[in-house]
Amino acid sequence: MSEVANTSDNTASRSTSVVVVVQPSDVSIGKQFIGQLIRDLKIGFRSRGDFINPLLFYALAVMLFPFGLGTDATILKNIAPGVMWVLALLSVLMSLDTLFQRDYMEGTLEQQVLHGAPLSTLVLAKVLAHWITTALPLVLVSPVLAVMLYLPGHAIPVLVLSLLLGTPVLSLLGSIGAALTVSVRGGGLLLALLVLPLYIPVLIFGASATAAAANLDGPGYAGQLLWLSVFMVLSITLAPFAGAAALRISLEQ
Amino acid sequence: MGVLKTLWHKLGSPRWFYDMSRSWSMIFGILAVLLLGAGTLWGLAYAPADYQQGNSFRIMYLHVPTALVAQSSYLMMGIAGVVLLVWRMKLADVLAAAIVPIGFSMTLIALFTGAIWGKPTWGTWWVWDARTTSMLVLLFLFIGVGALRDAITNLETAGRACAVLAIVGMINIPIIKYSVDWWLTLHQTSSFSLVEAPTMPSSMWAPLLLNVLGMYCFLGAVLTSAVRTGILKREQNTAWVNEVVEQELA
Repeated sequence: MSEVANTSDNTASRSTSVVVVVQPSDVSIGKQFIGQLIRDLKIGFRSRGDFINPLLFYALAVMLFPFGLGTDATILKNIAPGVMWVLALLSVLMSLDTLFQRDYMEGTLEQQVLHGAPLSTLVLAKVLAHWITTALPLVLVSPVLAVMLYLPGHAIPVLVLSLLLGTPVLSLLGSIGAALTVSVRGGGLLLALLVLPLYIPVLIFGASATAAAANLDGPGYAGQLLWLSVFMVLSITLAPFAGAAALRISLEQ
Repeated sequence: MGVLKTLWHKLGSPRWFYDMSRSWSMIFGILAVLLLGAGTLWGLAYAPADYQQGNSFRIMYLHVPTALVAQSSYLMMGIAGVVLLVWRMKLADVLAAAIVPIGFSMTLIALFTGAIWGKPTWGTWWVWDARTTSMLVLLFLFIGVGALRDAITNLETAGRACAVLAIVGMINIPIIKYSVDWWLTLHQTSSFSLVEAPTMPSSMWAPLLLNVLGMYCFLGAVLTSAVRTGILKREQNTAWVNEVVEQELA
């Protein structure tokens, strides 16, 4: 960071007459957001590993449960909501290190911080692109895996809906952790330590919504879904600012 | 107002705080010994036994104060984080760093005593209910902040990164508070409330109050001492620290 700042200072002092300052107002926030989103989506879909790996992890890990617990349909049916949710959560966690890592390594992130455009917009766009490329496939494939764990058919729409509401929260909260650890060497485990405690409320409400939907006699699942919506709205409005602050701090050293 | 403003500016100077707080540890320490001694003696020996739980409830006199102090520690760390990020006050970072091991220990003691209390009362060491789980989460939040501080080598960056994490983690404090109402399970609701009359007789809660106050004084004593050490460590290359060390060694 300091090196880049120094060189730009030098160029500025050498040719003071041709300093080009890109005003943040040159690009509107909306354009910045869309531009960043499209760029990240392109990169995300082109680097196949980044978006296939979490999906493969999810499917493989679901497959391990019948091996560990036996193929008894009632057991699998009972644990299915929790297993699906825990594994979705872990898959999102595993995908987080690709969120800022590449841009940090190649220096793009530094330039974007120096540029002066709102960093929170950038974080929101990056997280949305990351969610579309890594978490959305998980949500789409979850009905298939849920059927394999004998989750009742009437609970599957609720599972998908709860994942749709919950995984953006996981990505947004995770982006704060990813931003804090982007410059830490071997930060993967540290990231898990920072982020997993924050994931617990989402897991509780997501899994219990699915479980409530699977059990027709019990209380309804609307409350849990509403809580998940609350978390989503809160995290969309607040997390990008925390993520931006964290990025700035991480890039300062 | 002017006095407060001056005090606020003075707090920006670690040296001023170091000189000011010279006797604080001692004062807090003596208060803590007196209050905790009186409260514990009263609670263990003289308070009446519970009509349902018998004598096992007496661990409450350690459990409740440590749990309260643990939560307050996290809150203090979060507030210190805000102060650090907004006003760049060095002292706030020293405090945030010093409070992590204290808060961690308090959380651990609260969980441990809770387990000991749970065995005779609920018949099990551990119950996955709202409050115990929230305390466990608090424990991991403390560990996370500590680990992040260790992982980042630059002191200033580490402090600010931890501040962000602490502020984000503060979401957990209201979750602890309201979790009881959210999905109330086995755990009893708060023993203490500022706005309602206590449900236990005064002979039972008065010693608890003493112990709570005593535990806060203990926190004050340990924290002051840790912050002063932290200041010396962080400012070790300045002239005034060298003077202080020479004076104290002489």
